[in-house]
Amino acid sequence: MSTSQFHRLGSPDRSRVRITIDGHAHECLVGDTLLTAMLTAVRHLRISECDGKPRAGFCLMGVCQDCWVTLAGGQRLRACTTEVKQGMAIDTTAKFDHGI
Amino acid sequence: MASERIVIIGAGPAGVRAAQILVAAGIHPIILDEAPMCGGQIYRQQPPVLQRDYSELYGFEAPKAKRLHDTFESLRGSVDYRSDCLVWNLEQKNLHILHAGNSETISVDRLILATGAMDRILPFTGWTLPGVFTLGGAQIAFKSQACAIGRRTVFLGSSPLLPYIAYQYAKAGAEVVAVLDTTARAAKIRALPGLLSGGMTFIKGLYFMAWLRTHNIKYEYGVTPGEALGDQNVEGLRYTDQRGNQQMLECDAIAFGYGLRSEMQLADLAGCDFRFDPVSCNWCLALDGHGRTSVRDIYAAGDGATILGADAAELSGARAAHALLGDLNLGSQDTALGRLNQELDRMNIFRSALERAFAYPHHLAKAIPDSCIVCRCEGVTAGEIRSAVHELGADDINRAKAFCRVGMGRCQGRVCGPATEGIMAAVLNRDQATLGRFRTQAPVKPVPMACVWEKPPEDIVL
Repeated sequence: MSTSQFHRLGSPDRSRVRITIDGHAHECLVGDTLLTAMLTAVRHLRISECDGKPRAGFCLMGVCQDCWVTLAGGQRLRACTTEVKQGMAIDTTAKFDHGI
Repeated sequence: MASERIVIIGAGPAGVRAAQILVAAGIHPIILDEAPMCGGQIYRQQPPVLQRDYSELYGFEAPKAKRLHDTFESLRGSVDYRSDCLVWNLEQKNLHILHAGNSETISVDRLILATGAMDRILPFTGWTLPGVFTLGGAQIAFKSQACAIGRRTVFLGSSPLLPYIAYQYAKAGAEVVAVLDTTARAAKIRALPGLLSGGMTFIKGLYFMAWLRTHNIKYEYGVTPGEALGDQNVEGLRYTDQRGNQQMLECDAIAFGYGLRSEMQLADLAGCDFRFDPVSCNWCLALDGHGRTSVRDIYAAGDGATILGADAAELSGARAAHALLGDLNLGSQDTALGRLNQELDRMNIFRSALERAFAYPHHLAKAIPDSCIVCRCEGVTAGEIRSAVHELGADDINRAKAFCRVGMGRCQGRVCGPATEGIMAAVLNRDQATLGRFRTQAPVKPVPMACVWEKPPEDIVL
């Protein structure tokens, strides 16, 4: 079974961007959203505060609000509408509660 | 007139055409759009660093997409365009907007709402698993990110987008395991006479179906979704085929949806009237026939008012702008309005046939198992919604929200609204229209607390 959710369909000729997810280094591409960057490396974005199960977003257009992720510094970002930046460190295990 | 401040919210097909008409009449509107580039969802643009050409992204719709983007480019010098800009509240004629972390309030004289739509969904067991996305989401992954949502994708639901997106995926080299259409083939055949009025649009639809068939991609009609299988992510899909037999497909992604529903939160905050359209089973904005809402000086167009698709959105965008020009006494707009409405009427015939060919399976709401999560923000199950009706006496959707938190989460019921209405309608044996809509609260999308207060109260730590 693959370790990533998304599957790139070409357009790889772009500069690389490095991020970490739960401390593990991953390489993604300029132009990726944070969601794409994460899901081409792993299979989920966060753990749901409701059922403790992994979630990977849903609508990808900034409506369902299911893809808010937490950076190591505590900042919260909606992954599907945020451009990935070099050095982002994401903590998928962060407790979300009900705030943003 | 020159002092009137006119704002268009949304830079999709409706917003762009509205802007074009206003600019042609010498008006310079402000255009506020959440996306980084114009086009809306259907003509969404890829980040400039991706360099695929138009035909690769939009297929047959490439010329339309290019025209819309080019039109918008030609207007840039005449409009105050603000991308990446969320309108999170609307109070009387004040818009609260958030751009690049900065909050601002702008007052408007007239407003055109062109806020678009999102996928309409009905949950099935396992739909919150990583790997299950909306059909629209699957298309965005492809169009704006050059990605497939998985290595082996099943397309499920009832929507004209279903064969189209499956075709886009397969053509781009992604594996399409199957296309599972919940509408029975007989219903499609019955819709044929109306579909023929769609002309080229209908022929393109046939082409996608034929292309999938000639590429040996399974296309089934009349299926009933069962369960997305897997513990940590999607590993398969169980469903019932049209003969009533249980089937299972291995896959690592599922794209699903049942048509679209309008994004109407700002219209709701403005106090606009709504109506329930029984054909599409959707809430729509009540318009006067020229794009005026029930609230003075507020106009609406595109899928954010009524789901009619991208072509109609361009027309209704132009229509709203003409109505606005008429209200500013800038000459008679009757000829233009008459022509636009004629074209829209013609499209309506096709649209109602499409609603039958890709019917909304409202009966599925009744069958959602009690244990299935319906509100993915708050983790509320179908059983909890039914209990709110049975045991607590919830008899409209906002009572159910108060009793069991359904629709109270970050998305404000955009995702779970139709399912909650359907579940309650079945339990109460009432028409879905009588249950109401989830009321909108500002902010319409999450914003940092610092935006809401200019100066935070001293006892609150941000």
